[in-house]
Amino acid sequence: MAFPDRIERVVEIAHPPAKVWTALTTADGLAAWFGNEATIDLRPGGSAQMTFSGGHTAKMRVERVEEPAVFGFTWHIYGLPEDDPRRTYVEFTLEQAGAGTRLTVVESGFAQLADDSYRTAYDGNTQGWASELGELVDYLDAT
Amino acid sequence: MPRDIEAVAEQVFVALADPTRRTILAALASGGPATATDLAGQLPITRQGIAKHLALLADAGLVTAEQGERRRVRYRLQSAPMQLAQQFLAALARDWEGPLDALRDHLNR
Repeated sequence: MAFPDRIERVVEIAHPPAKVWTALTTADGLAAWFGNEATIDLRPGGSAQMTFSGGHTAKMRVERVEEPAVFGFTWHIYGLPEDDPRRTYVEFTLEQAGAGTRLTVVESGFAQLADDSYRTAYDGNTQGWASELGELVDYLDAT
Repeated sequence: MPRDIEAVAEQVFVALADPTRRTILAALASGGPATATDLAGQLPITRQGIAKHLALLADAGLVTAEQGERRRVRYRLQSAPMQLAQQFLAALARDWEGPLDALRDHLNR
């Protein structure tokens, strides 16, 4: 069994990088193809958000902005519970290819949990609940 | 990718491939820690059948045995292996084709 950490796709687009860049990095652009509604503060550390037709909202943190070549952000791993802290990193790379653009998207971090942090999560979870329930009992005893 | 993380995810999928083990894990997830006798009372499975599956699940680290009331062993679901398996599924479920097709359509409009 192979555990994929990284997903990569390359597409050729018949439009110049500047136009693709606008579609990837502006609220109007993102809302036109990716989400239904979008907001973006385009600077490293800035927040971005997209709402999808099903009502799901993706909150992103902008990481890399190198116009018009590299746009990167992190977001919550879709399919994991809302409060799960794990995030993947998505990076779009735009290269001039003739009159068009070669667009590469890499999403990485699906297998980000190192062995040590796995152990921590493993032990932390078991003890976490036991101690939280213990605190509840203490609280109820005190009131 | 450390080898044993893969092994943990694999054990989750092996555990979930069996309907009786799915039932036991679901009962522990929804009802919290329980003894083999508790589970036998709730589920249409013999106590021996439950004990056999619980031993396998404990070996795989998916449940832990702990001392319950009156010295009876209770089994508790371990969520960490499930979280690893979720991560594996998330990678498989990630769809970039749809959005990239939509991007191309948008630019061609």
